Amino acid sequence: MKFLRMRPGFGEQLLAEGDPEVAEDQERLVEEFRRQLDQGMWAAVPVVNESGRREAEMVRAFEDVPLATDRVIFFPRAAGGAV
Amino acid sequence: MTIALAATAIVVVALLFEISLPWLDRRADRRRALKEARLREPGNSALYDPGRERRAEQRARELLRSCVNEEEWSMYRDLGFIRVWGGQSGGVGGLASRGRDLRGVPYAYLVYPHKPIVAYLPQTGQLLNEYCVEFPDETRPYGSPRLPDSDDVLAKWMALKGDEERLISEANMHLPGRQLDPARVRRDLWRLKQWQRERAKARRSGATAAEARFR
Repeated sequence: MKFLRMRPGFGEQLLAEGDPEVAEDQERLVEEFRRQLDQGMWAAVPVVNESGRREAEMVRAFEDVPLATDRVIFFPRAAGGAV
Repeated sequence: MTIALAATAIVVVALLFEISLPWLDRRADRRRALKEARLREPGNSALYDPGRERRAEQRARELLRSCVNEEEWSMYRDLGFIRVWGGQSGGVGGLASRGRDLRGVPYAYLVYPHKPIVAYLPQTGQLLNEYCVEFPDETRPYGSPRLPDSDDVLAKWMALKGDEERLISEANMHLPGRQLDPARVRRDLWRLKQWQRERAKARRSGATAAEARFR
């Protein structure tokens, strides 16, 4: 599983990578996940539904990340734009 | 008397200027040094690197392509925006949650890079609202909080697909025309219809080159 973060001037940046079924990796992933959320990021997981269409799920906790997913994408939280 | 006062004032000003000259010099030197130091900072916008921005956008496009459906990717590549159907992320749905009772009528959003999301009714083409939303990265790694265009589109796409209600509630809602020219949006809707027609035709005939006409 890869953790990617959208960054201005970068495109996506690899934050962490590991197998969530390996205890050591999972600990690292959980820590990174929390750090990103603490920094105000939103997390989304690209998924494919039963009909084969690509969708996305927003996740608020590491436990919500589907085990089968290969990447979690972090991006800055939404804010109201030009008023 | 007035002339004497004016002459005295001129002399005083001249003396003050003379006295403050070294101080002004020192101040100018300090300003120059500060400016040079700022120019050397990695995140300074004066060291704007268009190559970096292009590379970032290229990476963002690849990420977008790997996440959205083939039709949505082609739409973005050919038309510069993506249409996302509303009310698909479960829950109440974005427009319904903002007091808009659509009575089950399908609605959709046009997602542009770094522009408001436009909600509309595909059946009639009626524009409903503009939702102004940004994803500012306050760490500003290169001096700007703005994501690359394709990352901005992907962030909106994922948020609309994953939690439409949350995104819409964070956005500033306006009537159509606040930031985007409604005539331009209507033209984009027309382009979208033509594009879909051409795509359907191309699919029927097995050709794919027809998409190039809209680039």
